[in-house]
Amino acid sequence: MDIKDIVKEENLVYTKTKLMTDNILSYCPGCGHGTAHRIIMEVVDELGMQEDTIGVAPVGCSVLAYEFMNIDMIQAAHGRAPAVATGVKRTMPEKFVFTYQGDGDLAAIGTAETIHACNRGENITIFFINNGIYGMTGGQMAPTTLPGMRTSTSPYGRDLPSMGNPLKITELIAQLPGTYFVTRHAVHTPAAVRKAKRAIRKAIELQKENKGVTFVEIVSNCNSGWKMAPVKSNEWMVENMFPYYPMGDIKVDGELVEKK
Amino acid sequence: MAKVQGAIVVDVERCKGCEVCIPACPTDVIELAKEVNGKGYHYLYMANPDACIGCANCAIVCPDGVITVYKVKKIVKI
Amino acid sequence: MGELKLMKGNEAIAEAAIREGVDAYFGYPITPQSEVIEYLMMERPEERTGMAVLQAESELAAINMVYGAASVGKKVFSSSSSPGMSLYQEGISYLAGAELPCVLANIVRGGPGLGTIQPSQADYFQSVKGGGHGDYKLLTLAPASVQEMADFIELGFEIAFKYRNPVMILSDGMIGQMMEKVELKDQKPRWTAEEIKELNGTWAAIGKPEHRERNIITSLDLDSAKQEKHNHHLQSKYRQMEEEEVRYELFDTEDAEYLIVAYGSSARIAQKTIFLARQKGIKVGLLRPITLYPFPKKPLAELARQMKGILSVEMSAGQMIEDIKLSVGCDIKVEHFGRYGGIIHSPDEVLEALEQKIIGG
Repeated sequence: MDIKDIVKEENLVYTKTKLMTDNILSYCPGCGHGTAHRIIMEVVDELGMQEDTIGVAPVGCSVLAYEFMNIDMIQAAHGRAPAVATGVKRTMPEKFVFTYQGDGDLAAIGTAETIHACNRGENITIFFINNGIYGMTGGQMAPTTLPGMRTSTSPYGRDLPSMGNPLKITELIAQLPGTYFVTRHAVHTPAAVRKAKRAIRKAIELQKENKGVTFVEIVSNCNSGWKMAPVKSNEWMVENMFPYYPMGDIKVDGELVEKK
Repeated sequence: MAKVQGAIVVDVERCKGCEVCIPACPTDVIELAKEVNGKGYHYLYMANPDACIGCANCAIVCPDGVITVYKVKKIVKI
Repeated sequence: MGELKLMKGNEAIAEAAIREGVDAYFGYPITPQSEVIEYLMMERPEERTGMAVLQAESELAAINMVYGAASVGKKVFSSSSSPGMSLYQEGISYLAGAELPCVLANIVRGGPGLGTIQPSQADYFQSVKGGGHGDYKLLTLAPASVQEMADFIELGFEIAFKYRNPVMILSDGMIGQMMEKVELKDQKPRWTAEEIKELNGTWAAIGKPEHRERNIITSLDLDSAKQEKHNHHLQSKYRQMEEEEVRYELFDTEDAEYLIVAYGSSARIAQKTIFLARQKGIKVGLLRPITLYPFPKKPLAELARQMKGILSVEMSAGQMIEDIKLSVGCDIKVEHFGRYGGIIHSPDEVLEALEQKIIGG
């Protein structure tokens, strides 16, 4: 069968959502940010919520998220997105308000804002992209950098006695009564993307119920920062990041999930 | 019996040649071209178009959203 | 006539915010301004008008909550005192860069560092010269009474939205804590969603309908040429402020040979000094800047021509005096007097300084 007989409007199975702009993504080839952006926007699109959605993206690789997400957005100072989102949600409670934050932003400079927004049970959704490194500034050590992992500020590997331990902030905020749904996913395979998208949909839909923070961590790669080819970085992520940051739900319906 | 036939269209200029899609393809349809696009990236193309089943796995994992997927069900007479 | 009440400055500014139809207040306790949030919490403004009030976990969070509410076109107010206001500076720079309106109040206390909880005017530079990074200006209003604490809420929001720029009410611990009679304005309704769309819909991030361009709130532009253009735009706003927003008050200047320039609490004290001086036959008047930025440069320069000398009176080591000198040039003597570190000068001390530094000096 000829390709041009297949490539017809009526045979369309999948195309980029119109809630992603046509701007070329500023992310490195193979970076999970693009996929994470796209599936969040797909869900907003599928739920018909473009006009009801306000996004907040602070400093980090995703500082330019507003160039790519075709919604009204607010660029925030480094670490302050949960406070900014609080200001938005408290004055526009009818809107779907989300933050999109990296690990340095959410788990280092913005730890206080993260924990207190979660503890107050703000009715916001936090998307947390954890790649264990500061991507934008050139691959420095992050709070989530693994033990022994080499970065430009831990060139001999993260030394736990002097540099401290990786922070499992997602497990930490799951302990707080203000969080309602906390889950961890990845976007490196089709199956993982489908699961992550279901979690994102759930997080967005739950916000309407005003039960507190819904929180989706996406463990992702940083092939530039990790100095690996994209596919290799995804393999490294599965081997090294997943054991430390295991996939799956951490808190569902306000209850911590029992680990077997 | 019905057999599905798929096809993808790649936005060549936006493809960064990251290859994340290649292991996602269950029928080994896609490869990177020897040629490069305007940004200097080897871009994705259907090297083996007849094998495409239109599953959209490649598009789903594409970080840059450059892949559009089409699919038809064709009736094969035996 | 509006309702008359006896109130603290901090209470008056809070009550005025409710009556202005403000949508949200975010703050963090710090002496000597904690009565602002205490009053708001006691008043249940969420029931009176639907105004949101939240005690943040820090000043960093509070100013960024302000940034969030301002980003969606709401009227948002916050207050703090000097050490807390230092923590606000990052957010203020972002607010100015992203062109967001809001009203902030600094109930200044003595510094530097943790300093003291007593009144001071040592945050003039921080507020007027830009306490955060980058080239920006804060519209700065200096109340000298509890009445002005209340009145500057309405004025503050008017000019904050006119220029899409943060407004600072630069008060001090004396005005915040003291009680005076205040005439309160009638309750204004809060803006409806439709009104916000009409007034601020061209820029506020209130949710993108399918057929309008995205509204993006940001201070970032990695393209330096665009960032310079953005800065040119900001500078043109500041020039317009300097043309249109200068406010000041004159007191006994018609026949004056000497001039005191003082704002806020110091201006109140200086009025008594002038009374004492005139009893001794010294012809002295007062110029009280109401806007510290934009500073009343032209009226001051004009007034300076009839003067033999100018005394700048501030509860600081001398900060506003730099703007006075820039306004009047080198042909006239300008000296500073002020107690600081939490000490309030007395009218007698000011008179003594006038006699020694200006008249006899």
